[in-house]
Amino acid sequence: MTVTASSPEVIAEPSLLREGIAAFARNRVALVGLAFIVVLVVVALFIPWISHHDPYRVALDEQFLPPSLTYWLGTDNFGRDVLTRILYGARISLLVGTLPSLISLVIGAALGILSGYVGGKTDAIIMRLADMMIAFPSLLLAMVVMYTLGANLLNIFIALALVGWASVARVVRSETLALKGKEFIEAARANGTSRLTTMVKHIFPNVIPTLIVLFSLSIPDAIMWESSLSFLGVGVQPPEASWGLLVAKGKEYLLQAPIVAIAPGIAILLTVLAFNFIGDGLRDALDPSMKD
Amino acid sequence: MLMFVVRRLLASIPVLIGITAILFVMLNVVPGDPVALMMKEHASPDVIARVRAQMHLDDPIIVRYFSFLWNALQGNMGISIKLNRPVTNLIAGAFPNTLMLAAAAALVSWVIGIPAGIISAVRRDTVVDHLFMGFSLVGVSMPIFWSALLFQYVFAMQLKWLPVAGFYGPKYLILPAIVLGWSSAGVIARLTRSSLLEVMRHDYIRTARAKGLREGLVITRHALKNAMIPVVTIMAIQVASLLSGAVITEAIFGIPGVGRISVDAIQSRDMPLLQGSVLFATVLVILGNLVADILYSVLDPRIRSQMRKGGAS
Repeated sequence: MTVTASSPEVIAEPSLLREGIAAFARNRVALVGLAFIVVLVVVALFIPWISHHDPYRVALDEQFLPPSLTYWLGTDNFGRDVLTRILYGARISLLVGTLPSLISLVIGAALGILSGYVGGKTDAIIMRLADMMIAFPSLLLAMVVMYTLGANLLNIFIALALVGWASVARVVRSETLALKGKEFIEAARANGTSRLTTMVKHIFPNVIPTLIVLFSLSIPDAIMWESSLSFLGVGVQPPEASWGLLVAKGKEYLLQAPIVAIAPGIAILLTVLAFNFIGDGLRDALDPSMKD
Repeated sequence: MLMFVVRRLLASIPVLIGITAILFVMLNVVPGDPVALMMKEHASPDVIARVRAQMHLDDPIIVRYFSFLWNALQGNMGISIKLNRPVTNLIAGAFPNTLMLAAAAALVSWVIGIPAGIISAVRRDTVVDHLFMGFSLVGVSMPIFWSALLFQYVFAMQLKWLPVAGFYGPKYLILPAIVLGWSSAGVIARLTRSSLLEVMRHDYIRTARAKGLREGLVITRHALKNAMIPVVTIMAIQVASLLSGAVITEAIFGIPGVGRISVDAIQSRDMPLLQGSVLFATVLVILGNLVADILYSVLDPRIRSQMRKGGAS
């Protein structure tokens, strides 16, 4: 980020950011969430070295073993270690949680700034498009995309990015409208800064805090949607292990071994809760105006 | 007021047309032949060609879109490939079940959510407040398919109080309604709490207290009236999304509703049925938003007077 004399707000930003980080660090609930996610990410990354169980190996003589020291959460219908499969599933859930959210954030931010700053017909077209995407029931829209493109991981990214960008664009647009009237933007314009440069260098840095909050709040949604799609059979396909899929497969053996279906659900619950804690903490720290 | 309703109605027409177009394009650019895909290897090329002709699949997409739109407006959404019955009839047959489920779930979420929100706001920052808000956060963080399984396991399989799945009477509606309602009770509770807290900061509440009114009356008679405006608005949107979003609950509990239809349609690659059921759900959501907007302006005199001045759009 370049700091120019014509943009006093940009100069003020680093200390605002530092204040935000300090406020976040004081929020104990948010820190617990962050710690949980950090541990989960580390474990998911290094799971092949942490667990000596093969998540795909079929051992029918070891079906539905109860929890033990070897199999902490027991085994599933193919004799696979439930905990290992959940932790491998964490890779997919974390990836699906972050990557599509990032894509929809980039698209939403670009269109939102464009819409708010340029206005006129561009604004009208982008916002009507956003209205339509928002009016679509999200799960059904994602299901239709998966139906059209086929059920695999890449298409989940596309489906979730398609679902998510519109609400980002709406928020960023209204932020941009508020910023547009500020003196430092007018000063930049008066200096002869082009519209593109103004949007990139002056407006974009000022919507970053909002974007961070939106990002952290959209991750739990994405995780929920992925697991719902996979549960319905239009998401991640076996033998891959995504949390939603693990619950769906475990459901068939609910009476014999409830833990096979229940445990991955607890993983979803804890992860979504942790991200919600982080998101709420970031919102309070960076952007108190968004609170409820 | 009437002008506002008419204007809002007109404004949702382009959204609706746009949505049908997006939906239509998405469903009709499926790589490969939908008919061949659906019939797999059972059908001869002759049969496939005949079904394609019946469905007008060989016409240009723009022609097909407009004939689809024209037919849909007249209540004709084509014939289900798999069930060989009109899509409109299938949806009309399933909708009452979805409606019952949504109504029961909405009731559950209000009965739990609103009192929890009020108590939390009144007892702000006490153990009760933290407990309720914790519960509501857990409620919104639980995937519905998982809480459904949990409830099925505990209340149907272990305790045997209620049937596991199926739909043969009101008893079969209890578990699904609780599962679906609980997840949105959290949203209602949080909103009620924050809205009530916001209202309690206003001067007129201080006046009411200052004139010696009991706290209970201040809340019920003065604060709640205004605090409930955003809650009621969200409730309208929520009912619409329950109507369209009961997909997972219906699938798990085997309730033959509209959501179940769309899941079945995806699994059997029944394109007309999927198109019809998704379109139906989307129209419901748009109507719900419309009702919410209208309710909001009816309930909030400030917006009403703004409208009279021509301020709001």
